[in-house]
Amino acid sequence: MYAYDEFDERFVRERVAQFRDQVARRLSGSLTEDEFRPLRLQNGLYLQLHAYMLRIAIPYGVLSSRQLRQLALIADRFDKGYGHFTTRQNLQFNWPKLSDAPDILDLLADVGMHAIQTSGNCIRNVTADHFAGVARDEIEDPRPVAELLRQWSSLHPEFSFLPRKFKVAVTGATEDRAVLKAHDVGVRILRHPESGEIGYQILAGGGLGRTPMIGKVVRDFLPKGQLLAYLDAIMRVYNSEGRRDNKYKARIKILVHELGLDAFRNAVESEFAVGPNWSAEETAELARIAPSFSKIAYDDLPAVSRIFEAAKLANPTFAEWVENALFPHRVAGYAAVTISLKPVGGVPGDMTSDQMRAFADLAERYSSGELRVTHAQNLVLPHVKLDDLFDLWRTLGALGLATANVGLVTDIIACPGLDYCALATARSIPIAQAISRRFGDSARQREIGPLQIKISGCINACGHHHVGHIGILGLEKRGQESYQVTLGGEASDNLAIGELLGPGLSADEVADAIERIVAGYLAKRRPGETFIEAVRRLGVNAFKSAFLRGAQDAAA
Amino acid sequence: MPLLDRMGWRTDDFSRDDVDGGIIVPLAALRSTLDARRAGVIGVEISNDVAVDRLAPYFAQLALIAIAFPAFGDGRGFSLARRLRQAGFAGRLRAVGPLIPDQGPYAFACGFDEIELPEASLARQSEAQWAAALGAISHAYQPGYARQTSIFERRRAARAHKQESRSHA
Repeated sequence: MYAYDEFDERFVRERVAQFRDQVARRLSGSLTEDEFRPLRLQNGLYLQLHAYMLRIAIPYGVLSSRQLRQLALIADRFDKGYGHFTTRQNLQFNWPKLSDAPDILDLLADVGMHAIQTSGNCIRNVTADHFAGVARDEIEDPRPVAELLRQWSSLHPEFSFLPRKFKVAVTGATEDRAVLKAHDVGVRILRHPESGEIGYQILAGGGLGRTPMIGKVVRDFLPKGQLLAYLDAIMRVYNSEGRRDNKYKARIKILVHELGLDAFRNAVESEFAVGPNWSAEETAELARIAPSFSKIAYDDLPAVSRIFEAAKLANPTFAEWVENALFPHRVAGYAAVTISLKPVGGVPGDMTSDQMRAFADLAERYSSGELRVTHAQNLVLPHVKLDDLFDLWRTLGALGLATANVGLVTDIIACPGLDYCALATARSIPIAQAISRRFGDSARQREIGPLQIKISGCINACGHHHVGHIGILGLEKRGQESYQVTLGGEASDNLAIGELLGPGLSADEVADAIERIVAGYLAKRRPGETFIEAVRRLGVNAFKSAFLRGAQDAAA
Repeated sequence: MPLLDRMGWRTDDFSRDDVDGGIIVPLAALRSTLDARRAGVIGVEISNDVAVDRLAPYFAQLALIAIAFPAFGDGRGFSLARRLRQAGFAGRLRAVGPLIPDQGPYAFACGFDEIELPEASLARQSEAQWAAALGAISHAYQPGYARQTSIFERRRAARAHKQESRSHA
């Protein structure tokens, strides 16, 4: 893992002192609320419905055991003993006091963390493939680039007052697990098809929200050493030309759409052509950062573990959990393990301080003291020996963290919704809980197979509903919560936006509607065909009648 | 209006009225002013969406370019300043608008020399606060912004120094 050097350390310490001073100037009236707002947001502090919320950056989703323990301490001392992992690999505390925020930031700085730019109209915390450094389909570990971008984007003098927020994702693998096409900018590390040289493909203009758009390739191949200069060019074009007259049209996706891809690309390339190049700095920085991500000492192990195979045979429940929790590791004898934060009937992404501390111990014992946060609001232990899996599973079970539903119908992504969020128009969490309880039976979930349900409590789409196989969007209609259901979205290389199935439903009709959709799939699927494959083959319309039938029954 | 640079408050040697000394005119009046006052010290005030190409022909004759910030949250002026510097403008660059002290370091890093504030800001935000904001963060990461050596460059220099002392040892 990357460790702060003296410059990073001083930077975050000074940033905390600066925020402490900003809070004092707000309290003295020297800064107006309007002036303080972007300063507070760029330090991760939101004003929510009932309290402030502090969003802590977990750069590219990588955490150490030591850092997780510190988050547990903060949860106990300044919050209500829990935290909430978000769809952007961050962690939110829902109940801190404004006056405590600088002290919390100090505690974060103690373990090389911060809350810089987790909010506001700036370059947000950079996300990456949660299986970085592990995946077999990786061309190069994306974390050094992500760390470089974390530093480059921090307190950027030119790009801290953008038209709107700006999200960057990085992957170094063939399969896109970071959903680049749903980001303002996506960086894909790849090999040049002819020369074999490693470089970058740059995407821009993707995003969800009110107007979902799929990111487009701006540059097929950018040689190494030119990434910062190219991103500077994209940011300068966006900062100068992006719309500022309407906050719903201010994201880069609208600029790319309105200019057209070719005109946008020309503008970026012209800017890039005249701008300075930081090739030497960029290359030196990447060379400095990269070794910190390759320090794990793996044992020389056989590809097949007898202990593991025997445990699976002896314990069907363990075997069930293993079925979806494991991701193949590039090193023989190891696996990356996804730990579901979606207990049946629970709040997606929540973790108590006790669980955090115990999990930190597990990461130390079984995974080199390292863990990852996924955009699906789950955790990953990236380097577990197959020999250790059974012991790990038993301990997880005792902590309530062995739910065997990764990638299944109850592994639901949900935003905090109207239970917390000031922007929300409807609740998300109770909908997720109702669906989770409805499909909670383990055998039934496995029978249904992979199915992603994503729930947002407002049009801003933090719950990524557009790209859920089944998407649920909570709105407010005449004082009532009303839920729109979409079908056929996909958060993958084949990024697809779901289509609306019919009129809005009330909160208590949602689980029934999902049930009818799933029943339609089970009735019509071919052997081995997953839910989304069946939707692709049959078309969304094939599911409309079942969806509408129930809606009419309810209306009658 | 109050004017400030890296050192603190300063007197404004430009005016928007037609008097002796420097004059700042709107872009629409630039051509006629240049024609009429060949010897004068002339500056131009522009909105933050003006194309650099429109001004580039006048760079040599312009002592100052003032870029309007309609609101402190509108960051277009930062990029325009950067573009003007990249295009070779070497005169004074002034930010005009309700910037806050915390933006001072950003403005200077992007190539501004001075900030002209509305009177209302002066009542709430002191010279000391502007000075403190300048020193709040010792080093920035980004290479290539004015009058600072970035953390990236400092790290490189430190490594080069280490290697050199090793080779001497």
